[in-house]
Amino acid sequence: MSVRFGIAVFPGTWSDRDCIHAVGLTGADAVPLWHADRDLKGCDVVILPGGFAYGDYLRAGAIARFAPLMEAVGEHARAGGPVLGICNGFQILCEAGLLPGALLRNSSLQFRCQPTWLRLEAAKGPFLSSCRPGQLLRVPVSHGEGRFYADRECLAQLNGEGRVAFRYSDRAGALTTAANPNGSLENIAGILNPEGNVLGMMPHPERACEELLGSDHGLALFNSAIHHLGGAPG
Amino acid sequence: MSRTQSSGTPTAAELRELALTEPEYQSATQQLGRVPNRLELGMLGALWSEHCSYKTSKPLLRQLPSEGERVVQGPGENAGVVDLGGDLLCCFKIESHNHPSAVEPVQGAATGVGGILRDVFAMGARPVALLDGIRFGDLSHRQQRQRFARVVEGIGWYGNCIGVPTVGGETYFDDAYQHNCLVNAMCVGLARRDQLVRARAAGVGNPLLLVGADTGRDGIHGATFASVELDQAAEERRPAVQVGNPFLEKCLLEACMELTSDPDLVGLQDCGAAGLTSSCAEMAHRGGVGLEIEVQSVSRRERGMSPYEVMLSESQERMVLVVRQGSEERFRKAFQRWGLHSDVIGRVIPEPVFRITESGAEVAALPLEVLVTGFPERHPEARAPELRGAPRPDPLERIPPWTPEEAWRRLLGSPNCGDSNWIWRQYDHQVGDDTVLGPGGDAALLRLRGRGDALALTVDSAHRSATVDPRRATAIAVAELLRNLACVGAEPLGITNCLNFGDPDRPEIMWQLKESVAGLAEAARALGIPVVSGNVSLYNQFAGQGIPPTPTLGAVGLLPDLGRRLGAAFVEEGDLVALVGPPGAGPSGVELGGSEYQRLAHGVIEGAAPELDLEMEQRAAGAVRAAIHHGLLRSAHDCSLGGLAVTLAESAIGGGLGARIRPPLEPPRQPPPSWMFGLLFGESQGRYLVSLAPAQLDPAQALFGEHQTAFTELGIVGGRVISVEGVAECGLEVAESAWRGAISSHLEPPPEAGR
Repeated sequence: MSVRFGIAVFPGTWSDRDCIHAVGLTGADAVPLWHADRDLKGCDVVILPGGFAYGDYLRAGAIARFAPLMEAVGEHARAGGPVLGICNGFQILCEAGLLPGALLRNSSLQFRCQPTWLRLEAAKGPFLSSCRPGQLLRVPVSHGEGRFYADRECLAQLNGEGRVAFRYSDRAGALTTAANPNGSLENIAGILNPEGNVLGMMPHPERACEELLGSDHGLALFNSAIHHLGGAPG
Repeated sequence: MSRTQSSGTPTAAELRELALTEPEYQSATQQLGRVPNRLELGMLGALWSEHCSYKTSKPLLRQLPSEGERVVQGPGENAGVVDLGGDLLCCFKIESHNHPSAVEPVQGAATGVGGILRDVFAMGARPVALLDGIRFGDLSHRQQRQRFARVVEGIGWYGNCIGVPTVGGETYFDDAYQHNCLVNAMCVGLARRDQLVRARAAGVGNPLLLVGADTGRDGIHGATFASVELDQAAEERRPAVQVGNPFLEKCLLEACMELTSDPDLVGLQDCGAAGLTSSCAEMAHRGGVGLEIEVQSVSRRERGMSPYEVMLSESQERMVLVVRQGSEERFRKAFQRWGLHSDVIGRVIPEPVFRITESGAEVAALPLEVLVTGFPERHPEARAPELRGAPRPDPLERIPPWTPEEAWRRLLGSPNCGDSNWIWRQYDHQVGDDTVLGPGGDAALLRLRGRGDALALTVDSAHRSATVDPRRATAIAVAELLRNLACVGAEPLGITNCLNFGDPDRPEIMWQLKESVAGLAEAARALGIPVVSGNVSLYNQFAGQGIPPTPTLGAVGLLPDLGRRLGAAFVEEGDLVALVGPPGAGPSGVELGGSEYQRLAHGVIEGAAPELDLEMEQRAAGAVRAAIHHGLLRSAHDCSLGGLAVTLAESAIGGGLGARIRPPLEPPRQPPPSWMFGLLFGESQGRYLVSLAPAQLDPAQALFGEHQTAFTELGIVGGRVISVEGVAECGLEVAESAWRGAISSHLEPPPEAGR
């Protein structure tokens, strides 16, 4: 079977086209999902891509969570459907309450676009189950507000339940301050919901799907979802 | 009764406010056969400003070669267009936003980016890349650091929000730009041939739509502001700076992209400098028709705006379009889908007149011929500055203040030569998934989807010797574009230019402008690269002092085979290092005129500009491209700013590999005191530093021989030391640390003690 990815398009979204391109590399189908529709068009996987949805006015993701499309995304997520929020998509998932915590202004107070290494911490859920813990992925970040923050209790829960998906590391897998591009707590780059079907991450896997562009490590996430749904990974 | 009647003769102060001269006012009155009213005068002032009319530079710009096999659109539209083959067109332009950035750095720089993006998507092309050329005073001044940081923030903010990658640029610091920072932004877009839209009005009765932001009082007189000298009172001009909204522009961009192939779209134009006045007048004039606008139909941000304010507002993120009669509601709905408000504000009329009404009553009626092309061309006197003292001092005769090693470290640590990562890590340079080579190299490379080739993009300014020889220094910039493109394996397709100069009413500045344009024309013609678009920024002057002549040039090239691309960094231990191009130039074999070394070591720009042989440049670039195409080279780096030693260090740092080379020249019998410094840091032209596998040496020598291009084997890649044998050497770590901190050390707090 062919797995169908839906790529959300809010006004201000800009990595929708990149996500469609990346999914295309796996051989799966990708269709845009318009923010004003409540329709997932029969998609198996939903991606909330990067960008500045609704201008990120008020707070990143704060307006997008009210989009009609997000109602459908919420239902899909609660029914166990795979949802991947990338960058602005992660911010929207946090605002929508589908993931805990918040993404604050980078500690440098500047935008950062740079390659990072991610240490995979939890090999579970549709996007990561084909990976192995400790696996290192080279995936770039590009954001001004990506400093993951959660209160102590929430952090303990994330750690205790094995829901930290990735941490920023150096190329050898060490969790150093220098490897952390934004000051995230405990170098956290991505987290999962309790069921593991919703993944939010600041780095951009869709920019790391071709060696030509510096890395193809991001393909693992898309292929894992396809595999999870019984499709044939490309 | 028409209100187009005179409201009395304006005073000298009123004319000055509109940047109109008394003779210009007389000319307008004579052409109109009547005295223009205040609104008309304001419209004339805006369109006759240097920024809109190019009244001073136009006579010079005519010399530039703008034709070529691949040229689809030369100057005269929103942007130039070249043919990439296979139905794909590339649309590009560079523009300045200097004055606004000096007054309000974040918004000034951001709206510069917003404006150049609109120029490109107004042509129907999707913007795929941004580049910039920025110049400030020395980073040792707090105010300059702030201004620089805020301009970078503004450029990044707009590009990052709208999702167009900023893939390259040039940054330069010198106190000559202390009061007049330069912010030049270039945008590159792609369109299928059938998507290309022209900014022309046509079809009598067709409606005129204004879409995007509501019109406010911001930016009134922006065009005239950009056409006068900055002064102490510039702060008061802050209201003339517009405020950007990249989110709105992103929606505007996407909506326009959906509509460019609509057969009912007649013309599309960005509302830039001089707002509705210039966009509509130019659109009508190009189409040979007239336009009528009802100002009451324009949605406003503020109450009580006069027709004058509506017509001259430079509120950002607005586009005007002419559509076929009857399709306006369909267009308005399409914009609505993106949350964009649009109004039908007027219609096309047969007589070539720009008519403005307010609640039906005529408030202005100007023949387009007068408004758009009626400005008297200006031919200010040009006079070469007198040279003080007869023979120019020879920079090689100066006593060097430093050892070669110290000079090398200082150059690597100079913000002009060193690592610019501090800037571009703040720019999203990857969005779009096509950036193969991002900022920091000789040229950026963007893969073209579904084809095997790639776009190469670069920005360069005139050599620093422009103050003494603007003609040659500008020609050198063209040669450098050619070399930068050749280093990645690409052939040039076209140039866009942004001419930043001081006050042209000063004879020595007019001379600089004339000489510089002549140099650009000569070099572009000799190298066969058409100049397809451009912008002029004059009056970059403060308290009577103009900036050095600074033509900023952007170029687009094509790399035929993406698999054969090259970078500047050394790749493999044991590879050979070679110099392509002449090992020496000038009477003593080396040159120091206008070099970065000279500026740092002696604080002067003196001596002759480096020699330039355009035929040799053409041969060498062809040879480098051929060698890359045949897979003979492992790296190629343009040998320019900072000379051989800095170029060598950059290739070494980039690859994390040292190198040991022999000097390409023997010293003369009685070398002048700074000869060795000329050898290391002289900026002689036509040279590339390349590396290659030892097995490729013979075929490479043969190939460069066939292209009549000098090829000198100099040494070998490897080790942890960078050395020019017998002259100077530097540890790789020491070099890297100096180079990495060149800009960032000025802007970041030093690490805490003990860490």
